[in-house]
Amino acid sequence: MKNIVSPSFSRRSFIKTSALAGGGMLIGFNLFQACKPEAEPPVDISQLNFNDFNAFIKIADNGMVTIFSPNPEIGQGVKTSMPMLIAEELDVTWENVHVVQGALDTKNFTRQVAGGSQSIRHGWEPLRQTGATARQMLINAAATKWGVEASSCKTENGVIINANGDKLGYGEVVKEAAALKVPENVTLKEVKDFKIIGRDAGNVDIDKITTGKPLFGLDYKEESMSIASVLRPPAFGRKLESFDDTDAKGVKGVQEVIKFGDKIAVLATNTWAAMKGKKALKANWVEETKGESTEEHDKILTGLLNGTEFNTMRADGDVKKAFAEADQVIERVYESPFLPHNCMEPMNFFADVTDDNVRLVGPIQTPAGTARRVADLLKRDPEQVTVEMTRMGGGFGRRLYGDFALEAAEISSLAKKPVKVVYSREDDMSAGIYRPAIKYKIAASVKDGEMTGYHLKEASINSNMYGLIPHFFPAGAIENYQVDVAKYDSNITTGAWRAPYTNFLSFAEQSFFDEVAEILEIDRIKLRLDLLQKVKGTKDENIQYSPERLEAVIKMAVDKSGWGNAKEGVFQGFSAYYCHNTHVAEVADVVLKNDIPIVKKVTCIVDCGIVVNPLGAKNQIEGGVIDGVGHAMYGDFSFKNGEPESKNFDKYQLIRINETPVVETHFIENDIAPTGLGEPTLPPAGAAVANAIKAAKGIRLYKQPFIKHMKTKAPLG
Amino acid sequence: MPVYNLKINGQPLSVEADEDTPLLWVLRDHLDMVGTKFGCGIGQCGACTVHIDGSATRSCLLQVSNVGDMEITTIEGLSEDASHPVQQAWKEVDVPQCGYCQAGQMMSAAAFLSQNSNPNKTEIRDAMSGNICRCASYNRIEKAVELAASKMS
Repeated sequence: MKNIVSPSFSRRSFIKTSALAGGGMLIGFNLFQACKPEAEPPVDISQLNFNDFNAFIKIADNGMVTIFSPNPEIGQGVKTSMPMLIAEELDVTWENVHVVQGALDTKNFTRQVAGGSQSIRHGWEPLRQTGATARQMLINAAATKWGVEASSCKTENGVIINANGDKLGYGEVVKEAAALKVPENVTLKEVKDFKIIGRDAGNVDIDKITTGKPLFGLDYKEESMSIASVLRPPAFGRKLESFDDTDAKGVKGVQEVIKFGDKIAVLATNTWAAMKGKKALKANWVEETKGESTEEHDKILTGLLNGTEFNTMRADGDVKKAFAEADQVIERVYESPFLPHNCMEPMNFFADVTDDNVRLVGPIQTPAGTARRVADLLKRDPEQVTVEMTRMGGGFGRRLYGDFALEAAEISSLAKKPVKVVYSREDDMSAGIYRPAIKYKIAASVKDGEMTGYHLKEASINSNMYGLIPHFFPAGAIENYQVDVAKYDSNITTGAWRAPYTNFLSFAEQSFFDEVAEILEIDRIKLRLDLLQKVKGTKDENIQYSPERLEAVIKMAVDKSGWGNAKEGVFQGFSAYYCHNTHVAEVADVVLKNDIPIVKKVTCIVDCGIVVNPLGAKNQIEGGVIDGVGHAMYGDFSFKNGEPESKNFDKYQLIRINETPVVETHFIENDIAPTGLGEPTLPPAGAAVANAIKAAKGIRLYKQPFIKHMKTKAPLG
Repeated sequence: MPVYNLKINGQPLSVEADEDTPLLWVLRDHLDMVGTKFGCGIGQCGACTVHIDGSATRSCLLQVSNVGDMEITTIEGLSEDASHPVQQAWKEVDVPQCGYCQAGQMMSAAAFLSQNSNPNKTEIRDAMSGNICRCASYNRIEKAVELAASKMS
């Protein structure tokens, strides 16, 4: 078995140990520093005190292990899977490990983000090294006690065993171990020796969830705290001119009304009174900038696609020449609407701003950045700002933006008391930071039956694809290849939404390939495999997808889905995609019921390297696929004069259980370091469904949501 | 403010609240029982589902003044020790992702299974379609309801 470990930085830069006053040992490490993508120069450990660490392993003198996990938990399962990496190398029984959400040090460190499906990828080595370092120190302490060589000792489930068969529990040597020097070099386990990694582990918060214990931001309470319901401008572009709060102040339970910027906060003793008070406010708004509409955006984005002003993100060969010399040019346009995130737990945050400090508590994907912004807003020393994390009732990108925490801090600062801002669903859906509406135009030049050129143009609201996205498949596979982007600056706020850009780009490209294969009368799987063949051996450092791994998921999808051998009445659609460092292929099975397409099943093949926690991994995969199917099918969001046209679930459709396909998951088994799963199974789902609907009904879908553009009644479950 | 004498999870509880306050907020804000969740406030998502005399009810739409002497059961009172077959099934199947909607899902499932202890898949999907799970843990919800049904029979 090949060694998958390549230590790239000194463990001393992020590990420190100490004896606990009450007995036992505390191993502190800085997870965010440790899990940075690039190695940091070693920090002088002697200059750090324990406050500089944000993650801890506590080994009590009875051998009980507690892991304080500092990671934002938004339902992606890292509160379970990241401690598993530590426990594996510490060599303890998982059932004896207690996981606690640790407090965050938001002052000094940067990678405290839940986003981009990167937690496991970046934590893979340093977390195991932390566990292994602790284990080695325990062995060293036991060896000294026995007077034997440490190398003659081994461990097993929290017990150190020497060559004579003598045993010492971890708890029996923690006191001595805590006083030892942190070892420089530790050996990590080989994959074949893993006992915890690769084994199903249930959600560590399961008992609290099934019994309704307080866990989430909305559940957080403090004595004397007020609930704030905030009236925000009803449309983008509008500002507050005047308001009358007489009726609001007459609502029982309302304590005070505070204007801040263009918003008005109603503070009350309870949530219902705050919400009623907000409804009783009378406000006059004036248009500061023009209220925009989906209808106009549609024309603007089309204009951009047909225009000449683009930024080129990647250009290979000569696309112009390839198109000029082509026998045939195939060109299609794909369109998607804005999307709100709609986390089930509406946005909320607690703030207690006093003269001495700023205390923030709540659900946030970016505690550090938010703390910095709050410090800037209130003109405070960043040292004064602390953030405590709660479990998050979903994130999907929305909780990357700490706007709700800034609101809470500002209101608390003005009211001079602890305040929790609580959004209603209408607030949540109308004060959004939406997935931008996007259009893609894809053109392929064909010469002698082969694709010779590929030109993708993106027109988007506010921002464009970034990072390595322009270098994803089919970059490298087609000689003449170009990606151009253009954007329109809108006053509607937009941002990251689960698998930013690729959540729609994948639909466009994987639908396009399907249609090109039909037009060229090439098998649609072969078309993709032939393209991948051309990428093999590429030296392009921007191309990080692996043609071999993408090929493997495609082949397994063909095999596991019964591709080409579907039962009568079942129509299949294919899609394969790489993003967030993970390779995925999906096959959707669609049946027609009264001519309405119903997605019965999605076969999903995933190569995410080593699967740390298969039970949690499958949950992410199933959720990502169904989320992808649901939003492609139903997700529709539009604006009129700057105002969202749907503000609650009566007018906004999220997929429900009776519309849900069964997701069948298969993993590619290998020993490659793991990558994340929070996002990568969502992007391919839309095209798999669209391609299956094409097979079923002969209708090619270019626009999302499908139900709106299928010219048929809504599909039923 | 009027005082209401409620029967919640087998306990008599007095609460002073405005008469139009939804039971959801009485539970969460006045009684510190935060297991019942707020999702939409208009009865569309099911996160706030409780049992009223054994039937699944959206507590965001039920005003406290209309509760009277009906028996209220919340997730905190579904069992004393997480031993209700639905709670056990949710744990065994490892249903939750973020977990926020799950109390409502479990309350819907428990009420449904008390009416139909041997449901087929279609019946399960129909019965659970009033509850949204944004993480889309739907495959596991379906499995957990099936498992809970088998535990109850």
